[in-house]
Amino acid sequence: MKIKKNIALSESGFVFNPSTGESFSVNPIGIEVFNAIKEEQSYEEISKTMLSKYNTDGDTFEKDYNDFVQLLNTYQLIELANEG
Amino acid sequence: MKDKICIAVTGLNAIDSPGPGIAVIRSLREAKSFDVKIIGLAYESLEPGIYMHDVVDKTYQIPYPTAGTENLLKRLEYIHDIEKIDVIIPNFDAELFPMIKLEAQLKKIGISMFLPTVEQFEERLKINLPEFGKKYGIKVPHSKAIFSTAEIAGLINEFTYPIVVKGKHYDAEIAHTPEQVNTYYNKISAKWGLPVIIQQFIHGIEYNLTGLGDGKGNTVAAVPMRKQYITEKGKAWGGISIEEENILKIAENFVSSTKWRGGFELELLKDPNNNFHLLEINPRMPAWIYLSVGVGQNIPEALVKLALGEDVKPFDTYKVGKMFIRYSWDMIVDVEEFHTLSTLGEL
Amino acid sequence: MEKLRYERPVIKKLETNMPNKFGLRTEYVAKTHIDGVAVKDLIKDHGSPVFVISEETIRKTYRQAKKAFTTRYPKVQFAWSYKTNYLGAVCRTFHQEGSWAEVVSGFEYDKALNNGVEGNKIIFNGPDKTDEDLKKAIKNGSLIHIDHLDELYSVIELAETMSTKPRVAIRINMDTGIYPMWDRFGFNYENGQAWDALNKIMRNKNLELVGLHCHIGTFMLTAQAYGTAAYKMADLALGIKKKYKHDIKYIDMGGGFASKNTLKGSYLPGADTNPTFDDFAEAITSALINSNFEPDNLPLLILETGRALIDDAGFLVGTVISNKRSSLGKRTTIIDVGVNILFTSFWYEHKVTPAQPFTQYTEDTTLYGPLCMNIDVVRESANLPLLNKGDHFVIHSVGAYNMTQWMQFITLRPAVVMIDKNSKAHVIREKETIDNITLMEKVPEHLEEFEL
Repeated sequence: MKIKKNIALSESGFVFNPSTGESFSVNPIGIEVFNAIKEEQSYEEISKTMLSKYNTDGDTFEKDYNDFVQLLNTYQLIELANEG
Repeated sequence: MKDKICIAVTGLNAIDSPGPGIAVIRSLREAKSFDVKIIGLAYESLEPGIYMHDVVDKTYQIPYPTAGTENLLKRLEYIHDIEKIDVIIPNFDAELFPMIKLEAQLKKIGISMFLPTVEQFEERLKINLPEFGKKYGIKVPHSKAIFSTAEIAGLINEFTYPIVVKGKHYDAEIAHTPEQVNTYYNKISAKWGLPVIIQQFIHGIEYNLTGLGDGKGNTVAAVPMRKQYITEKGKAWGGISIEEENILKIAENFVSSTKWRGGFELELLKDPNNNFHLLEINPRMPAWIYLSVGVGQNIPEALVKLALGEDVKPFDTYKVGKMFIRYSWDMIVDVEEFHTLSTLGEL
Repeated sequence: MEKLRYERPVIKKLETNMPNKFGLRTEYVAKTHIDGVAVKDLIKDHGSPVFVISEETIRKTYRQAKKAFTTRYPKVQFAWSYKTNYLGAVCRTFHQEGSWAEVVSGFEYDKALNNGVEGNKIIFNGPDKTDEDLKKAIKNGSLIHIDHLDELYSVIELAETMSTKPRVAIRINMDTGIYPMWDRFGFNYENGQAWDALNKIMRNKNLELVGLHCHIGTFMLTAQAYGTAAYKMADLALGIKKKYKHDIKYIDMGGGFASKNTLKGSYLPGADTNPTFDDFAEAITSALINSNFEPDNLPLLILETGRALIDDAGFLVGTVISNKRSSLGKRTTIIDVGVNILFTSFWYEHKVTPAQPFTQYTEDTTLYGPLCMNIDVVRESANLPLLNKGDHFVIHSVGAYNMTQWMQFITLRPAVVMIDKNSKAHVIREKETIDNITLMEKVPEHLEEFEL
């Protein structure tokens, strides 16, 4: 899973998808997760960072992470690994 | 040197069914008695006025009327702290009620408005129009509020088909049969709730008038217009100022008997016997308000002066035969501007 | 290092709509405390969910309403509408403030007596009064508001056998220009039913006609209808005076004043648009004062408003069970408050606010209750901050009807707590236990044993 190459996230949490013309806003934790995915960190790495920084548990984060990734997929911002 | 006044304006949606904001601002920029700084107040991120930097100096997003007056007041106080607003001109029907409620509170912090009273605002509502007509001796088409489809069959006793089926706030459809009334009743009541208003359809020619009442019964300005071209949405795309004593008389009667305060638009219909019927009263300036400047009655300028407590001498003439022809215009805007407005709520 | 507050990651598509009439409603202030008591402490001590009633809000609202009427009219009496909320502590707060009791059943009547209300300060309304109820009310000198002819005949019959003269009024229904017209209760003004009943009472030596009663609707959004009703009531009272030289003692205008809640489908919030006590008072009192009553002989004005006095004083505090996403991608949140204890969610867009700090990020959310039923929807669509599992929230303005119309269904009803002016929380109704429910059941002997 990769964030598509031409997708950029601004500091203020703005995502513009040049291929569809759609714009999105992302909350601060969303920005961290988005950037970590962009850096191709694994779920385990991301989860470890987030759990050490924020007051939550692994189950909750896993569920929210999957929900977030599913939304990125719905909005066509990521490509799954086999699509290369 | 002319004074510089800071005026905040809503209704920047200069689209195919336009809000009056941009026309109001153009009128204000041509005011002879003052200079202006214009603050745009926008609800949505694509209202064209936001991106028209030579028309609007700075735009702030404000919460929808549905969020309540408390939230709106907070936002306006925030903007006022930065911009020192002298006058607000609201241009949407839906925001008038909360703005009227806030008028006294805004006055306290130095922001003036010039709006109708709650009583004037409610009296003219579509649902109250028949009583309004009776009370002030103005001819209005026979109409009736209905609450159930069971009442449709009996309409034939009071109305002659075709009839107009109207929503409480918006929407109107012309029905030629009870079956059509039934269909429109269901459609309109689902969208706007009950009651649904049944109005006698009158054949004739549509006329409009925009004006300004000073709240003491004087008509400060009045400009009658005949629509020349009407879009699919029923909006005038072109119109011409006319000389018609009867329309002016209706307007003066309306202003003097209600002591109307603020801008307004009357929608009238002339039947084949040359009788005028009042179809609707809009409690604000219309999108074609710039025509008033073109004919020599700058209504937005006069309204601002009234809001600031100045005396305004009523206009006594206007140019007949001036036309307005609307056009659309594509602006080029960077996506960053859109992003800035969407995240910060300001541009 | 202390960890930061977690909020789930969200990405939201920016909508590029033109202003539409139905904008999003945002409710952006955390309600962490109710009258100085932390929401999380309330839940820790009394469980989740829990109803919370603010005594101070009741008293403040009552005094506002009273002032609106007493500054405009010389003789005013409120009667607390038991059906709106008949918890003992709530009723007694109103009685301490000076309210009489307004009841609509034998059960409520006994409750009022148990609360220590004198019989002659109980107004007995409603279509279902048994002979036993009526006997008790006649004996105690209560004000019996007759709803239909069968009831009138029962009272006439009972009066013949009793030593106390029944003090009666009749309930009038009428056209006040509002829809729907409530014509199922009482006697109609326009078609002569009211006069028919009044004549029957006046001609009967055993009954004393003390008042006239009406109650024109519920959650009324126009004060003017009350003006029309008061005018018609005055007309009847003056007609009785003319015909029978009899002064009625009071006009009871009932209740039905809207609270500040927002009805489903309304565009503007109820707090901005619904009439105030001053609006209702102005309409009613000016109609009475402008009628032909002699200025020194105005009847007592009785008001039975319930909802508008108690709604804002009630809160329902609860906890998030889970966040899900619907098949169409919409955020749904399951909370531990269901429609069985929040009946009013069928007609109000109840204001819901988180009970802990949050950021400005929101999602359009459907709030589902915990019942295993499709109708269990607390809010179809609310633009809510991002709530985590286990977060608390506060539902506002739930004081009216929820604590009387609630249903025990698949679980037990929660505790009700009242917070006094010193921020002390008192349990005024215990959380139900399984015994409360099962002790009333009986199992026939042959069903006691089974093997699986």
